[in-house]
Amino acid sequence: MAMITYKGESYTCEKDETVLVCLLRHKVFVPNACQSGVCQSCMMKAVQGTPPKVAQTGLKDTLVAQHHFLACICKPEEDLEVSLYDSSKDWMLAEVLEKSLLNESVVRLRLKPQHKIDYMAGQFINIKGQDGTSIRSYSLASLPTEDYLELHIKRVPDGLVSNYLHDIVAVGDSLSIMGATGDCFYTNRDQAQPLLMIGVGTGLAPLYGVIRDALAKDHTGSIHVYHGSLATPGLYYIDELRNLANEHESLSYTPCVLHGDAPEGGQQGDIQSVVRTDFPDLKGYRVYICGDPQIVDSIKKQCFMSGASMADIYSDPFDFS
Amino acid sequence: MSLYEELGGEASVNAAVDIFYRRVLSDAYVASFFEGVDMEKQAGKQKAFLTMVFGGPNNYTGLDMREGHKHLVDKGLNDSHYEHILAHLRSTLAELGVGNDKIQEVISIADSVRTDILNK
Repeated sequence: MAMITYKGESYTCEKDETVLVCLLRHKVFVPNACQSGVCQSCMMKAVQGTPPKVAQTGLKDTLVAQHHFLACICKPEEDLEVSLYDSSKDWMLAEVLEKSLLNESVVRLRLKPQHKIDYMAGQFINIKGQDGTSIRSYSLASLPTEDYLELHIKRVPDGLVSNYLHDIVAVGDSLSIMGATGDCFYTNRDQAQPLLMIGVGTGLAPLYGVIRDALAKDHTGSIHVYHGSLATPGLYYIDELRNLANEHESLSYTPCVLHGDAPEGGQQGDIQSVVRTDFPDLKGYRVYICGDPQIVDSIKKQCFMSGASMADIYSDPFDFS
Repeated sequence: MSLYEELGGEASVNAAVDIFYRRVLSDAYVASFFEGVDMEKQAGKQKAFLTMVFGGPNNYTGLDMREGHKHLVDKGLNDSHYEHILAHLRSTLAELGVGNDKIQEVISIADSVRTDILNK
């Protein structure tokens, strides 16, 4: 019989009993609905131990990579320590190592966290504002192999956290951070699959991590990167992305601007129409879409209607309010 | 062998979800009911629905169906919309090469929950 540990308490799981039934039998409430492995509302995470493969049936590969499983169809074969899917992690301090402007409204911060953070390139962390109560999410542009966390912060009018990070925080200061979470990252389940990456504004941050992660993991399929902004001054990392494209034949980079002239190799027009024209058929593609939620949702729908499978679309939209 | 197994189980549901959801969103007559919803969550619900009408494992109750669709009925969801959904289900199955008699079985399961979904 396996032992299930949850929130510091251990429970004996009877033979043929699922993790969900075991916990409920011990009066431990876990959200659930269909109890047949379909609705995914009882998703949990294995902190210690490995759940049987069948308990991950139907989960997106990014969730499997983070050891998630469905409690209602998980008959454990070994002891497991489990937590809820959304369990909040601990806050920790991170020192600001570097601060520089990427363009007129985006600042780049590089942080050294107090403890090492396990993360996948493209996930996000939370940061507390000066008041200690406002919290905002920012995507990581760094790779786990780099010895700092990199964030791209856009200044938002009246934004409590973004203005604090832009105007007050200095190199050497400490920030309260928590992380990392999110489903927008690379997995090498199909290294030959063509990838389409669409970033709007600071939506480039997670993609900059995902692109370099895919290259580091020897992705062989083509990688098409589109970065959209209102006008050329809103773009950034143009040279970095051009260099990556020069170094890797499989990678192409297209900056898109709505107004004015696009930089060399770029296109003038709204990024959604540009992508629609360049990729009328997305069957078989894996698509990553990041940035302002309204644009992300609309591009997501367009990519799905153009043939990309729902399971192949990854996005992390944030509200920048 | 159950209908669900005959249809190919979970793999066939996965294949059907994208096709079915894409057809529904392409149909202006019903697409408005899906505006502003989280597409990933919605695809999960479509999967649960398709698993059920394929005769697969499910634990959904009429009450769930009623509660889950009440806000849409309030917005005007009615039999004519339901007929559209059934038509999309039919063409999805046909596209996947499912035979006519099996399609009919699936449609009758889907039709059996109509009164719950439409809160009648």
